[in-house]
Formats: sequence, C-alpha cells, structure tokens
Amino acid sequence: MFSFLLRRLGAGVVLVFIVTFLTFVLTYGADIPVARNILGPSATEADVALLNEQLGLDRPVLEQYWSWLTSAFAGDLGRSYFTSEPVAAAMSSRLPVTMSVVIVACVLTLVISCALGVASAVRGGVLDSILQGISTVAYVFPAIVLGIIMVYVFAITLQWVPAIGYVSLADSPGLWLASVALPALVLAIHGIAALASQIRGSLIDELNKEYVRTLRSRGFSERSIVLKHALRNAASAGLTVFSLQFITLFGASLFIEKIFALPGYGTYTYNSVVQGDLPAMMGVTLFSVLLVVVVNLLVDIANGWVNPKARVA
Amino acid sequence: MTALLQVRDLRLRYPSPGLRRHGPEILRGISLDIAPGETLGLVGESGSGKTTIGRAVLGLAQPTAGVISFDGRDITHLRVRERRAFARDIQVVFQDPYTSLNPSLQIETTLAEPLIAQGLPAQEARRRVADLLDRVELPADAAERYPREFSGGQRQRVALARALALRPRLIVCDEPVSALDLTTQARVLDLMIELQRSTGVAYLFITHDLAVVRHISHRTAVMYRGEIVESGPTRQVTSKPTADYTRKLLLAAPTADPDRQRKRREERLRLRSPA
Amino acid sequence: MTIPGPDVISAPQAERHRRRHGAFRRLLRKPLGLSALVVLVGVVVLGLLEPVLSTHAPMSSDLAYTNASLGTPGWPLGGDQFGRDIWARVLGSINVSVISAVIGAGVGVVIGTVFGLIAGYVGRRTDAITSWVFNLLIAFPSLVLVIVLYPVVGSSYQGMMAIFGLFLSTGIFRLVRNLVITVRNELYVDAARVSGLSNLRIVGRHVLFAVRGPIIIATAFLASSAIGVQAGLAFLGFGSTQIPSFGAMVNDAFLNLYRDPVQLVWPAGFLALLTGSLVILGNSYRDVLAAPQDTVRSRRRTQEAIVTRDVPNEDAQPPMAGALLSVRGLRVRYPHVDGSFKEVVRGVSLDVQSGEMVGLVGESGSGKTQTAFSILGLLPKEGRVAADAMELLGESLLDKDARAMRAVRRHLVSYIPQEPMANLDPAFTVGSQLVEGLRGRMSRREAVDEVKGLLARVGIPDPERTFRSYPYQISGGMAQRVLIAGAVASKPKLLIADEPTTALDVTVQAEILDLLRDLQEESGMGVLLVTHNFGVVADLCDRVAVMRSGEIVETGEVRTIFHRPSHPYTQELIGSILDEESVREDDIAEPRPDMVSTKEQP
Repeated sequence: MFSFLLRRLGAGVVLVFIVTFLTFVLTYGADIPVARNILGPSATEADVALLNEQLGLDRPVLEQYWSWLTSAFAGDLGRSYFTSEPVAAAMSSRLPVTMSVVIVACVLTLVISCALGVASAVRGGVLDSILQGISTVAYVFPAIVLGIIMVYVFAITLQWVPAIGYVSLADSPGLWLASVALPALVLAIHGIAALASQIRGSLIDELNKEYVRTLRSRGFSERSIVLKHALRNAASAGLTVFSLQFITLFGASLFIEKIFALPGYGTYTYNSVVQGDLPAMMGVTLFSVLLVVVVNLLVDIANGWVNPKARVA
Repeated sequence: MTALLQVRDLRLRYPSPGLRRHGPEILRGISLDIAPGETLGLVGESGSGKTTIGRAVLGLAQPTAGVISFDGRDITHLRVRERRAFARDIQVVFQDPYTSLNPSLQIETTLAEPLIAQGLPAQEARRRVADLLDRVELPADAAERYPREFSGGQRQRVALARALALRPRLIVCDEPVSALDLTTQARVLDLMIELQRSTGVAYLFITHDLAVVRHISHRTAVMYRGEIVESGPTRQVTSKPTADYTRKLLLAAPTADPDRQRKRREERLRLRSPA
Repeated sequence: MTIPGPDVISAPQAERHRRRHGAFRRLLRKPLGLSALVVLVGVVVLGLLEPVLSTHAPMSSDLAYTNASLGTPGWPLGGDQFGRDIWARVLGSINVSVISAVIGAGVGVVIGTVFGLIAGYVGRRTDAITSWVFNLLIAFPSLVLVIVLYPVVGSSYQGMMAIFGLFLSTGIFRLVRNLVITVRNELYVDAARVSGLSNLRIVGRHVLFAVRGPIIIATAFLASSAIGVQAGLAFLGFGSTQIPSFGAMVNDAFLNLYRDPVQLVWPAGFLALLTGSLVILGNSYRDVLAAPQDTVRSRRRTQEAIVTRDVPNEDAQPPMAGALLSVRGLRVRYPHVDGSFKEVVRGVSLDVQSGEMVGLVGESGSGKTQTAFSILGLLPKEGRVAADAMELLGESLLDKDARAMRAVRRHLVSYIPQEPMANLDPAFTVGSQLVEGLRGRMSRREAVDEVKGLLARVGIPDPERTFRSYPYQISGGMAQRVLIAGAVASKPKLLIADEPTTALDVTVQAEILDLLRDLQEESGMGVLLVTHNFGVVADLCDRVAVMRSGEIVETGEVRTIFHRPSHPYTQELIGSILDEESVREDDIAEPRPDMVSTKEQP
C-alpha cells in the first residue's frame, strides 16, 4: 500500500512539472504584448523594450521557467504585472471562497449520489425516475443556464438566498452557507447525475453477482449485503467517476463565480487571462494542478481501502 | 511416416508487466510429433501449459526457445504475412462455443471470411459454405442465422466448419467438447472422428478429460507444469501409466460406476498416504 | 497483404449497412428518440436557413429598438439592450454552436478512436505510452486549459474547440481502448487471426464493428458538451465579440435579468434544445443497442421470488413424513415480455433423508439448478415458485416470508456454489466474511476461533494465513474449501451443492469429493448434489434423480440408475458416458489428396 501511494505521489509530481512547464512555455511563448498592455498604447517602443527587459521577458523561455520554478519552490510566485500584488497573497485571500464552494459541492455530490444511487438500485420505481429527472436536467442545461435560472428563481423571485456575494465562514456561518449553497448546488448537479447513475449501475451489477447469492445463502441481512459488501465492491468505479467529476467541477467554478459574483479563483483567473498577467496565470495553474493531484491521491487512498487488489497494483 | 507437426524443446515465458522481471516459464522443453491424419491427445490440468502449446502452434503465442516445424518447415517465428499463408494448413476449434463466434455476424459471413481472405471469389465462397454446413450436419438455412440462435453443440459444429473451410491438414482443438452436455459431447466427438476419416486431417486435441482422450486420440501426451511427463499410444498411457502423475490423474478421475469408483477411490487413498 | 477485390469489400459493407439501418430504424420507433431527432434536425435547419430567415445582421444594432418587445414588426423576438435583433442573433448562434459541436466532437472522436484502437489492439508498450499521455490529458485541469487556450489560439472559437476536442477525446480513448481490449481477447478474434485475416481486416471487421455503437453514443454526448463549453467560454467573454453566440447572449440577458428576464429564454431555450436533443438521442440509441430482453425485469421492492402454495388437487401426493426435505409438484416460472410465462421447472417431487446424499443430475437447461435455488429461496426476484408442498423437517417452506427464509438459511440449509472464485466477496478477507456469518451466534473471539478451526478441518494447510488472505490471493481449490467451510459453519441439516467440483481440476475434485463425504458422515446431514457428472454421482450419491426439461424422469438407487435405468432418457444419458474400456485404436486416416490443400490451390 505504501509503495503504491509513493508511486502515485511520484506520478503526481511528474504531472505538476509537465502541466506547469507546458503552460509556461505556451503562455510565455505566445507573444502576449505584456509590456505594451501595461504601459498602454501611447508608450514609446523604447519604454516597452525597457519594461520587457525589467520583467525578464526578453530572456529565453526555458531560462524564465527555471527561475519561476526555483522561486515557486521557495514560495514566491512573483507579483502581478498590473496590480503589483504578490500572486501568492492574492491567491490565499481568494482561497476560502473557491474552496468553500468546491468542498460544499463535493460533499453534496458524494452524499446525494450515494443515497440516491443506492436507494434507486435497491428500490427502483419512483427513485429511479427522480434520478433520471436529475440526470436529464443536468445534461440538458449547461451550467451557465442552470446557474442563471437558479439565481432567478431562488434569489430574485423567491429571495430565499442572496443573489450574489460571499460572506466568510468566520463572519457568519449561516450567511456563509446561504451564500455558497446555491453555487455549490449548481456545481454539484452534474456530478450527482454522473456519480449517482454510476453507483446505481455498478451496485445493480454487484447485486447480481454470485458472491451476493452465496452471502444470502448464509442468511446475511440485506442491509449488510447491500451497504457493506456490494457497495464496497461498487465503490471503485464510483471513485474513478468522482475524480474525473472533480476536475470538471473545479473548472466549472469559473462560470459559477461569475454568475454569483464570488471573489474567488474564477474571477482572478478570468482577469489574469484577459490581461495577460503571466505570473497570476502561472499561480492559478500551479494551484489547480496541485489540487487535482491531491484529490487524485485521496481517491487512490480511498480506492486502496475499498479494493484490496488496488493496493498491490 | 514423417511428422506433419514437429515440436522440439519448446520453451515459453510470458513477459511480465514489469520491465526487467521475467514471468514464470509456462512451457519447459516440450517435444512432440503429429503424423498426418493422426490425433494426438494432450491431457493436463489447468495451468499445465497445454493451451499455450496450442497457441504457440497457431502463432498466437511467441515461444522463447525451441522449434515448431510444419511439414518440414520452421514456423516458430513467422512474420505476420508469412503466418497468414499457413492459415490454410493449420486451423483451430476453441473451447467456448459462445465467444468463439462473433455474435454480430451471420454464420455465412463467419464461414466465408477465411475463404475470402484467401482470395476466393464471394460466389464460390458461398457455395463452399453450404457444402461445409452439410458436412458438419447443420441445416442449410443455418447460413443466414446468428450464433445466438444456436445451442452450444451446434455452435461447435459451426466452429468445426470454419476450421475445415480452408481444408487444413492440422486442426488444433482446445477443449472443444468440454462445455458441452454429455449427449452432445458424444455426438460432436463422433463427428470429429468421421471428419478425420474422410479428410485425413490431423488433430492436436487438448483436453483435461481422460475419457474424451481415450475416445478420440491415437496417441496421448500427459502434461504437468509445463512438461510432458509421459506419452505413447493411448491405451498404454491410460491403462499402464509409467509416470506417477499420470497414475494420480487416472485415479482421481471418477468413473461412472459406484462399485468400480469405490475401488478406485480406495486405491487412490492408499497411494496418497504412504504407509 | 492481399489486395481485396471488389466483392470482398462489398460483403462486409452491405452487412454493416444493414445492421446500422436496423438500429437506426428502431431508434425512430422510440417516441423520445424520434422527437429528439426532429428537434435537433429542426434547430440545425433553422441555422442553415439563416440567410432566408434572418431579419437583420446579428451584430448590427439599432438603438431605437433597445429592449424592443416581443413581436415588434421586423424584430420577431424583440431587441436586446444594445438594440440588436435577438432572432437574428439566435440564428447566428445556432450556426456557431453547430460548428463548435462538429469541430469539438469531430476532433475528439477521431483522435480518441484512432489512438484507442491502436493502444487497445497493439497493446504492450504502445498501450502503456498512449494511455499515459491520455491520462495526463484527463488530469489536466480545465481551468488551466482556459489559461493556455486564450493566449495560444486567441479569439478564434474554432481553434478553441479543436483544442477542447483534443481534451474531450480522453473519454472516447478510454472507451475504445477498453472495448478493444475486451474484444481482442475474444476467441473469435483469435479465430479470425488463425483464419489468415490481416490485422486491418480484423480491426475493421470484428473490432470496430463491436465498438461502433458506444462510439456513436459517446459522440452525441461529446457534441453536447462541446456546445456547452463554447457557450460557457463565450459567456465568460473569451473569444471574439464579433461572433454571435448563445454564451454571449446569455451573458447579455444575465446583465439585463432584472429588467427583461424574457431575453434569457431564447438563448437558454435554444441551447437546451441543442444539447438536450443530443443527449436524449445518445441515450435512446444506447437503449436501442442494448440487447432486447426475453424476460421482464422485476420492479418489485423485494429481493425474493414470489412463492405460492398451490391449491391442493386430488392426485397431489402428500409430502413424505419424517423426511428431511420433501418437495411435491414444484414449479418455477419466469415472465416473458408479452405477459406469458416460461416454465423451467415443471412439477418436481423429491425427497432427501437425513444422512443421505441425493444426486440431481441432468444436462444444462434441465432445471436442476432452478430446483435447488427454489429450495434455498434464492431465485431471482423475477421468478415465480409454486408447489403442492415443500417441507423441511416437517415445516413448510412455502409459508415463510423473507425474514423466516433467512433464518432457515442461517440455521438449517446451506449452499455450496460452482465457481469458487466468483462466490467470495473480493473486497473482504476470507476470515472476515466467514466470521460475519457466525456473528449473532457467538462472540467475535469465539467466531474467529471457530472459523480457524473450520479452515483447518476442510484441509487448508495454513489456516491462519488463509484467514487473513483476500480471495484473489488463494487458489480455486482453496477457495472451494473456504466456501465449504462457510457452508458447514452453521452445522446445517441439509446441504445443497450446485456442481461443487465442476470448475476444479480432477485431482482437486477428488480431494473435494473426499472432503464432502467425510463431512457428511461426520455430521449426518442430508445432501442434495446438483451435477451433470456421472462420475461424481457414482462417487458420492446414495440415490439419484434424473431431470430433463424441468421434470424428473426417474428416481432410484444409484446402482439401479447406472445398471438398470428404466426411462429411455436415462438410458440415453448413461449410454453417452464415454466408455473407459474402449480406446481409439483405428488406423491413422490416410490424407485424401482432394481434401488437402496444395500450394497452387486458391
């Protein structure tokens, strides 16, 4: 198990290097007129060239990557070209917002998917229809449309929750929950559709397997057979779906933060990309890929726990 | 008579997933001969390597050492294109009648495929298919049906027809009757013997079932852990075995007679506990 | 490689065409599938007719018509807050969405399919490398993708969709690769290879053929997500502002939401029509491809088959008094789609005494296993069981509900399955699943000791180690011993063994048969042994019941059945047993020149 995790961790580190490297080369190599953007259209060519030199943008891309990488290791992600705010500081101030929404969305996804998936696998009937309904809604409406509809219905028309803005958990837990509930739900719904169907499908497959019949032949209770034995065997496939859904979900937070005007990574990313704020873009890249690696590692650990064969794989 | 198929000191080790590690050796120096028109029975338990021998002869597994020659020609490591020319001479019937036929193809398509691949015009191929179905005692309308419409025994007949389509000189039969019911099994075996008599095809007959081997093999080789522990005429191997393993195998197989089986069991138990 | 002639190509193509046609026609017969297709085609045609239908250029604005209301002459859907014609923008956006879908899904499907086929079919190192690259793409955070996309491809939405297509191809790649690996290991692909078919033909004919359905389904989903992604990016403001897009329209409407919420309806509605019809089309096609089932899947809440007691009729025999198990007139039926029933067990009567081993023999499909499972109460829930009587120790099993049957299985009846490996829960250690079966009878510690003792009793050389092992770590023979230990742990009165040695090697089979005999003699339990193997029957059984097509044709003492079978079917079965005395000793067949291929022959 330990060597397995070590290998997965190694693979994660490789992923971090490859993604940051590719992003760096592609964005720094894309000839974004950074200095011109900063100085404005009226600046002289000489001023532009000078600023380029000051920013180090005239050096070879590989050399720039190396210096970014070394300072990133030291915790220094550079400063924004436009606001001069340190990237690391800017990101840590936005961390709670994005993570609030993402974590709540993940919890919603897991809890609702498990409950709905198991219940509809065992009971079928109405629950099957509910699951099908959620899937249809999730697949038919893109996240942006769904988000806006939710804002219109719950925030503008019914006024149950505030339409926009974020309240930190420390300030008021109640308002915090109210401010993240709707965005998290919109984020979660696609994942719920995918994960609940997966759990339902694999659980039905498991329950039709021979070992389940043998457990029944020994008089095991249905509760133990479904929740302990079959669900554990079905969980492996569900975890894979979850890790893929997480990546999608994290990407979709870009839209959600815009719709709900949340001051998180989404807006930060958007602004840095449109302006061509390279250090900020690299900061977001690094954070995203680290998050993905951590989540995948957690999924691997969970998978090793439910699936003894995965421990030696 | 010269051998049709000659295998000499065949060794095979499957590559393991790791880069440097070697997998276990599946075949550890196998030598055997099959004459034209002859059936060689290859008996062994699961994991003995008997299936791997068949796959190596068919070119589906790559030996690590040794020589397989067919009709005097070395076919151990043929390249794909050269191998294809041998399709005419060496054919196969697999164990599982349910996965050895493509479920989404009509029987005619399955049977005509090897003929067409060998360059026969489609018209001619169709005519041959009708002929083949007749030979394996299936109705002519079977051509337009799909595998799912047939029973296990009928599917094995189709598989047999596919093997015969190119008029091969050797058919590798990998447990061809093991998945069949008793009555069907006997009928398919009789058909195979009849076909052998009329076409002179040789069989490499791989099975775990000693009763089947007795019924169809002229000669029998017994495999254990990648080696042939005993071989000879079937009567000699199955009634006067020389190898301990063969004896153990014969005693372990229950016979369909309560009183004889009791004697056999007692003998086996005596042999097991060395006094 | 030989160059195929014209008729060589035409045969498979005609075949493929016919099959796809069949599936497509069945799709059209589904109301949901048909309406999704109509909606999709309708929306696409609207876009294609833009030059005819459009009232204004999608980008031209006329401030006089700012927020013009619905139905303003010349402005069918009104104007937005910049005075642009919403109808014209909808038409333009449809085209942008369709092109996005074609590019995104096209790139994704082509790359995913090609590399999936290569990785799956070639295998080994090619597979390892390709899979590694695609795993990298899967793990690539989409947020980062946006970061990279914008500077690299700029504002061209076509370029963005092409790159997104590359990343979307990971799903198709996985799908195709896994399917190809499954298909490649099918024996019919081996047979095709032996038949001399080239790799290209095998991939084209056997492999692609088997995976085309799932690819079509995935394409529909891919096209749908490509449209969603394009709209999302445009909503955020990535991409040219000079191109009409549902995303941009949603954004405009969003900013105007308090003032004129109806403006959101058009882009959101058409977007949903496009993505939704694609998804529903994909789902319907999946339903169409799924093999039609002969029998109905039960929607009932319980897990057990319905059991009923038949109205006692005149000639029904009473159950045997004092027997361990006595069954009279057992029938098992399964419902068909058309409402009729298929009867697989038709009036079986049989008795098992304590200390007796009864063999239930028959060929596949004779109903012997169904008979065994109905006694255990373990038939699938679709099944219907009815009998005149079914008594265990004088108590009727027909009146017991699920809970009571569970108690019967817990204490009185046990079961040994056929496939040892498939019958152990792979996620738990051998020890923990055996101990769980004993919980409620004794403390945990006692149960652990009991199980270890049982493992030793069934002949496992290192019980401590096997106790801690997971099922995949033990051999088939060991697994069967574990299952036998699990079955006898409850000290049952009746043991039902369903082909307990069929999956085992003959040397292991002999040991398992010895073990069963010893355990039976020790405990004095009754055993019902379901098997097709007459050798096993001869070895173990006292009495034999012979089954054919759901009926018992003959029951008798084991020697009577072997030496003096009375029913013609039993005689045929006994006659089919391959005789041990007769050995093939005819001459080797002369190769017949006309039947043997020569090098010249085509």
